[in-house]
Amino acid sequence: MSEHLLDMQSLIGGYGGNDILKGASLTVAQNEIVVIVGPNGAGKSTLMKSAFGLVKIRQGAVIFQGEDITNMRPDLVVRRGMSFVPQEKNVFPSMTVQENLEMGAYLRKDGGAAQQMERIFEIFPRLKERRKQAAGSMSGGERQMVAMGRALMLDPKLILLDEPTAGLSPLFIEQTFERIVEINKLGIGVLMVEQNAKQALEIAHRGYVLAMGRNRFEDTGAGLLANREIAEMFLGG
Amino acid sequence: MDVTDLLQLAIYGVVLGSILTLGAIGVSLLFGILRFSNFAHGDIMTLGAYAAFAVVSTLHAPVWLALPVGMIAGALVSVAADQLVYRRLRRTQPVILLISSFGMALIIRSLVQLVWGPQDRSFVKGIDMPMHFGDLMVSPQQLWILGGTIVIVIAVHLFLTRTRMGKAMRAMSDNMDLARVTGIDAEKVIVWTWALGGALAAAAGVFLALDTRLTPMMGWSALLPIFAAAILGGFGKPYGAIVGGMIIGVASEMSTAVLPPAYKPATAFAVMVIMLVVKPNGLLGARR
Amino acid sequence: MSIDLSGLASYGVFLLTLAAIYGVVSLALNVQWGMTGLFNIGIAGFYAIGAYCAAIVTTPPSPSHLGGLGLPFGAGLMVAMAVSGLVAFFVGLLTLKLREDYLAIATIGISEIIRLVLKNEDWIGNGVRGIAGIARPLSANPLVYLAVVLLVLAATYFAVERARKSPWGRVLRALRENELGAQAAGKNIYRFRMEAFVLGSMIMGLGGALYAHFIGFVSPEAFEPVFATFLVWVMLIAGGSGNNKGAVLGAFVIWVVWSGTELLTNQLPADYVTQGSALRVLLIGVLLQVILLRRPEGLLPEERPHVGASPASSAEAEDEA
Ligand SMILES: Nc1ncnc2c1ncn2[C@@H]1O[C@H](COP(=O)(O)OP(=O)(O)O)[C@@H](O)[C@H]1O
Ligand SMILES: [Mg+2]
Repeated sequence: MSEHLLDMQSLIGGYGGNDILKGASLTVAQNEIVVIVGPNGAGKSTLMKSAFGLVKIRQGAVIFQGEDITNMRPDLVVRRGMSFVPQEKNVFPSMTVQENLEMGAYLRKDGGAAQQMERIFEIFPRLKERRKQAAGSMSGGERQMVAMGRALMLDPKLILLDEPTAGLSPLFIEQTFERIVEINKLGIGVLMVEQNAKQALEIAHRGYVLAMGRNRFEDTGAGLLANREIAEMFLGG
Repeated sequence: MDVTDLLQLAIYGVVLGSILTLGAIGVSLLFGILRFSNFAHGDIMTLGAYAAFAVVSTLHAPVWLALPVGMIAGALVSVAADQLVYRRLRRTQPVILLISSFGMALIIRSLVQLVWGPQDRSFVKGIDMPMHFGDLMVSPQQLWILGGTIVIVIAVHLFLTRTRMGKAMRAMSDNMDLARVTGIDAEKVIVWTWALGGALAAAAGVFLALDTRLTPMMGWSALLPIFAAAILGGFGKPYGAIVGGMIIGVASEMSTAVLPPAYKPATAFAVMVIMLVVKPNGLLGARR
Repeated sequence: MSIDLSGLASYGVFLLTLAAIYGVVSLALNVQWGMTGLFNIGIAGFYAIGAYCAAIVTTPPSPSHLGGLGLPFGAGLMVAMAVSGLVAFFVGLLTLKLREDYLAIATIGISEIIRLVLKNEDWIGNGVRGIAGIARPLSANPLVYLAVVLLVLAATYFAVERARKSPWGRVLRALRENELGAQAAGKNIYRFRMEAFVLGSMIMGLGGALYAHFIGFVSPEAFEPVFATFLVWVMLIAGGSGNNKGAVLGAFVIWVVWSGTELLTNQLPADYVTQGSALRVLLIGVLLQVILLRRPEGLLPEERPHVGASPASSAEAEDEA
């Protein structure tokens, strides 16, 4: 089991009413980029939230680094080395860029926050220029950087990104994927949901196609890209 | 009614505004994080004032020394109410918390009355000579209230912008879910928010008692203008509460130039209603 | 305490009459809160309007206050309801489109202002001295009046219960439980909420009028405004909000408990007797918290056609979630 960083096993659960997840499973290995694609409402965001105790899991288990974290409180999950960038509302709008990053290091007690912030400014130089600006007044692309920067502040083992390129211009999309590869090279596993499936699968080691709360396909990034059925259904031909 | 009289009323208004500001900051902070209007806030004011009064009357301590004791009492009772009751109701609708806080208000008020009796009390015995500035008068108590409020507001500002817990409060107020997945221990921040809100309410209560008298109803009567101030500032925005508090305070006192003083709360209410109609999201900005 | 049967009986009639009046007000709150989810904590304000209207309309002409018009009992009830409804309409106009907290704050604001006006404007209701000599209808006999009140309570119950089961009531419930869904279904939320708010407030005014005729005297402090409101809330929640039978049951049970606490505090040493009312309020305040924590759905939970969360019972629904 423990060769996986994250192991989500046959999850069943949802928000209290009907189950949204109906047996979805997924693994992420050390240092891997894994992409989830699938139609709207498939439960992709729900699956991500279920790793953080934000969704009630009735059956199945979430194992992180060999430890069962099913339904664990979010701050305790974060403490164990997994960060999350939600799909929307993923910055603290009234706080400055710097304060957003500081919040990311809220759990950090080793005094390494300042150093880590410098490292993040190297990945996202733009954030350094804008460090005193309120995050709520920034553009969508910049906000996404703030959100990713915030999630990296604890130097996680694994980062979960829910549609990091949604609503961005093509140029920004390209840049975002480059940053993600860069982050991965630092030794951080990446699990992301993407609508820009083609580009995402190109940088992915492996990918999953999720539909109606279940796994539909699962292959290497290249394998999924080559699959004609998937190409027709999800990759826009 | 000449200019001097109006200026004099404005001074009283700023004093009242200081008291309302302290109350409204607490209400606003709590609303920002817990999304409910705390109807026990006024009675925490009363409790803080009486706790300080106990220190003054038994130890003959000066009021400025009793103030922190009152604030600690306000913080402790607020946290206790949260841990005993509100915490268990938090997962239900905010409105249930509202009903519960309404009940809590009556519990606290009756306790105050049981311990200290229903009669009026006063911090200051006799009458301190007011100071004259030209034709204007200011009493030493009023200067204390103003100075104390300025110190407390600056302290709160530094707390919210410089400390880890203060920033976590702002983060929770911005976006609770994101704060939780960022690793912030929501329960801990909530407890600290109750403590801060309770302490500020108690300070407001002590100042109100300095300006007028102590009665078991004093805080409840101040609740409406305090809500008006918080709404004016844009509920959930502590900085707006300062502006709201001053506007309501000055408007209430100035209204006595044309209306019987008994209608001060009505003035506060009227300003609030106009505000709700014209700019429902508060004077400063419009989030959502 | 010597046992005096006729004294006991007249105390019983007194107790029942007030319980029945509270039953009417509790039903009114159930229309607003239980059925619609509108948070009114200015009950005492509407109650006071009703009481003063009844006094002004039915007492003989007097120089010391507005009116009196010397009209019959029924006219007083009508005017009480009409004026309460009108005030509610204006409050609703200002607040029903805003977040629920604002309605709550606006309702205490209004009830506070009503109290201030009644206290300071002598020409309306003789200021703090109040209006006396409000006669009971038909006969001064308390038993006859008890019958009248029970009749009004029954009529109110059937009217409100009918409203609850009507399509109108079903829309209210739908709005309360899933506002967006009902909006999508093309319902005008604002109109329905306004109707429920006005209807509830009219019934509160009716309760106030019944009270005025029973006690025969109204004054700004006669109903301990904050407390009257609070007690009605405890009644509805204890009985079961959303359930009209529960609303009435809650009124009777809590009124008996409340009156019982008086017997209790009367046993206190003489030094503490003046503190009796504070102690009683404390007990009722604690009772409310216990109910909210232990049995938020009340004695008679809301009958619901389908699964879903009601304001009062969502604690459990959430816990299961
Ligand atoms: N907070 C929520 N409460 C209840 N239902 C939700 C919530 N969030 C999402 N859902 C429902 O869960 C389903 C899956 O949503 P989501 O996981 O966001 O899909 P995806 O991210 O794949 O587009 C949808 O039917 C959606 O309506
Ligand atoms: Mg999604």
